[in-house]
This record gives sequence, structure tokens and C-alpha cells, in this order.
Amino acid sequence: MSGPPLGVAVGASWYLVVAALLFGVGLFGVTVRRNPLVMLMCVELMLNAVNLTFVTLAHRLGDVAGRTTVLFVLVVAAAEVTVGLAIVVAIMRHRSAVTTDDLTALRG
Amino acid sequence: MVLVGALGVITRSNPVHAALSLVLTLFGVAVMFVAQGAYFVAAVQVIVYAGAIVVLLLFVIMLLGVDRAEDVRIEPLTGQRPLALVVALGATAVLVAAVLDGLGAVPDLEGSVPETANPDADVLEIARSVFGDYVVAFEVTSVLLVVAVVGTVLMTRRRLGTGAGR
Repeated sequence: MSGPPLGVAVGASWYLVVAALLFGVGLFGVTVRRNPLVMLMCVELMLNAVNLTFVTLAHRLGDVAGRTTVLFVLVVAAAEVTVGLAIVVAIMRHRSAVTTDDLTALRG
Repeated sequence: MVLVGALGVITRSNPVHAALSLVLTLFGVAVMFVAQGAYFVAAVQVIVYAGAIVVLLLFVIMLLGVDRAEDVRIEPLTGQRPLALVVALGATAVLVAAVLDGLGAVPDLEGSVPETANPDADVLEIARSVFGDYVVAFEVTSVLLVVAVVGTVLMTRRRLGTGAGR
């Protein structure tokens, strides 16, 4: 059980390429989309790409530190989403702005 | 599957559909984790991401009632989309090139560490690492979580007495 057949057949470079593509898609989304919630989701995509890279290289190097780092990244991602959603909720409660275009002033 | 979900996130105009596409991507990444022997991380990924974070996102979407579709066809800034496409494709190309070029420099130690057939060994290794080498980082993340929770509660509560939202 040291690696299902799929992991042997696919190889590390494909995981890393998929992670790079995932990061690119997330980057495109966060620059193009205007709904702050969808922008948060795209940031999650980019974080997942980084996590995939960490796990792939940890597997390849036979080192557990990469997997440990992924756990810390997960914690930070959870905190980031919580704070981001709180900001979105506070803004939406203040004025009904749906997209980031409607937010032109930071003053409350 | 992962990339289909990711494309769904950025192309669906309805935020709920985007969130469900995100679940697809997260599960795909979790499958990739399992395929590389990171069983514990895969379980945490499913529980924390697909369980908690996406549910939180959906909850906020429905709480705020912003699930009306955003018109993805209009372009607010002239030339934003082409520029964003160029930037994203450039970053992706650089990353892919770096991966294909630099992977040879990474020693392939996949079979050198004796991996036990027991999936529990994964948890044991991570626990030793978290509470051994990285115990300071662990404490700092716990402080971060507390600060995030307190900040969230402060930001979203209604001010007492006035009854009006902030």
C-alpha cells in the first residue's frame, strides 16, 4: 500500500503541472471575477495548488515536513476565509454592494 | 476533474454553482493526496475544506442573498480580461517550465524511505513532526486562530443597544 497503481503510473511531474495549472486558473479568477465571495474561492484554489505541490514533493523526497506544512497552510486558509467572510458580511450589512466595483471608498 | 472544477469556479456566474465546483476541485486534490500516501492530509482536506470552508461560504452566500447571477459577460475595465489572461498564462507557463526544468534536480527518494504498509504510520509521522520540530509554528497557528475568531465576532456583531447593524 505504499502507493496505489495510479500514483506509480502518473509520476510527480504531472502532479506539479496540474498544481501549476490550478494556480493559474485561480490567479485568472481572482483578477477577473468581481464577486468577493468568488474571489475568496479563487484564493482557495491557489492555496490548494500550493498544497498539492507540497504533498507531491514531500512524497518524492520521502520527507514528512511537507505534509506538516500543508496542515499549517490549511489552518491559515481557514482563518483567512473566516476573516474574509466577516469583512464581506460587515460590508454587505452596511450597504448592499454585490461586486467589488461598488466598493469605491473604504470609509464606513 | 480538478481542472474542470477549477474552471467551473471561475466561469459559473452563480456563486452557488461556483462553490459546488470548488467542492469538485477539493475532492480531486484530496484524491491526489491519497494517491501519494498522504492519507491524514487528505482526510483533513475533505473535513476542513469540503466540510467546513465550503459550508461557510454557502452559508454566507445564502445569508446575504447574493446568489443572483453576476453578469460575467460585461467587462468593467477595458482590457482587463486580456491582461489578466496574459498574466495568468505567463505565471502558469513560468511555473510549468520551472517544474519540468527543475524536477531533475530534485532527488527521487520515493522508495528509499521504508514505508510501512500501515496507514497509521502517516499520522504518527505527522504527529511527531508537528509536536516535535514544528511545535513553535503549531503554537503560533493556535494564536492566529484565536485572533481570527475574536476579530470575526467583533466585526460581525451588531452593536448592543442600538439594534441597528453596524
